[in-house]
Amino acid sequence: MNGTLEFTLLIAAGSFLAGLLGSLTGLGGGVIIVPLLTLAFGVDIRYAIGASLVSVIATSSGAAAAFLKEGFSNIRVGMFLEIATTVGALCGAYLATRIPTAAIAIIFGIVLLYSAWTSIKPVTEVPIQETEGRFARLLKLDGTYPTPEGIHAYHVRGVPLGFGLMYVAGALSGLLGIGSGAVKVLAMDRTMSIPFKVSTTTSNFMIGVTAAASAGIYLHRGYLDPGLAMPVMLGVLLGALVGARILRRARVRTLRIVFSIAIAAVAVEMIFKGVRGNL
Amino acid sequence: MSESHGLSEKRFESLIGTLLRAGVVLAAAVVLAGGVLYLKKYGSVKPDYRIFQGEPIELRSLSGIFGDAVTFHSRGLIQLGLLILIATPIARVAFSVVAYVSERDWLYTAITLLVLGILIYSLTSA
Repeated sequence: MNGTLEFTLLIAAGSFLAGLLGSLTGLGGGVIIVPLLTLAFGVDIRYAIGASLVSVIATSSGAAAAFLKEGFSNIRVGMFLEIATTVGALCGAYLATRIPTAAIAIIFGIVLLYSAWTSIKPVTEVPIQETEGRFARLLKLDGTYPTPEGIHAYHVRGVPLGFGLMYVAGALSGLLGIGSGAVKVLAMDRTMSIPFKVSTTTSNFMIGVTAAASAGIYLHRGYLDPGLAMPVMLGVLLGALVGARILRRARVRTLRIVFSIAIAAVAVEMIFKGVRGNL
Repeated sequence: MSESHGLSEKRFESLIGTLLRAGVVLAAAVVLAGGVLYLKKYGSVKPDYRIFQGEPIELRSLSGIFGDAVTFHSRGLIQLGLLILIATPIARVAFSVVAYVSERDWLYTAITLLVLGILIYSLTSA
């Protein structure tokens, strides 16, 4: 590595690929960029999660604009659950400044393994709930979404447990500098019986707000380095935009499987390095 | 009632979408401008991110970043772009407060205000 120019261009190219693959596989850019920066470029994990987090805000906000138009997102559910994710994100970001970086690497590896698994397992719709739940009525959470057979209504259940899981998702986001979309979808789709497509788009809608809550802490603690965040944010954003375009035309099942295996290997390496304390 | 409610919700959603897109585009443009200046100035210096040192104070506080950015310091300008990016979802939440007030939905006005308070706390304190 010679100068900043070369380093910046390499980081930008790597970030572009991370954004592209994150968008094509549904994993998101954050879970790819942090291992890339730490394992391949030797960047301290604190700088890496700072740069990753701002790229997460960029891609989430950009994609949310497109999803809102399609009418899948449930804004009320998103807004209510953002109480849990933002409080979680604050706690996670505080925790990140206090625990050893080796511990962050190990937790990161575990979340990475889980994300890789959710990206390849077949999507099974949870059965539609027939009756209205108590919390859903109080908070007006039930909604509708468009399907090929017309508008479908759904009831939201399991609100307290879903709220609790969202706190965990927020804490992981603040601790690791990722969007933690996989945990958010788990909370909405599995726990709250929200249709899968509504869960994924609403999760995306929430990721930007969740990340903004920890980004403030990162900024004040000096985790946001402009020289590093600049190529990461621009690269990931561009990659995600191109990825979204490709997704509309291509089927990516094979890519998903191949890439998830690669990500699982990276996860194991992060855990291994964390345990040995040389990360 | 339900008809007009649905329409205003749709309009509300498209406004939020526009706001988010504009914020990201503006942030990316400022970061890019700062990035070009940064590479002109530091392009041949050897970077080191192996050891965490933390950023200097003028790149960590809101007032420091604004001071740095208005004088077109490259790193301050990038930092300003990142601040615009962080502010984008916060602006979205603030906008939602206004929308819920206009709908006289007091429960969601309160929920949204709570989220907005947490976000502002994070950005201004610590």
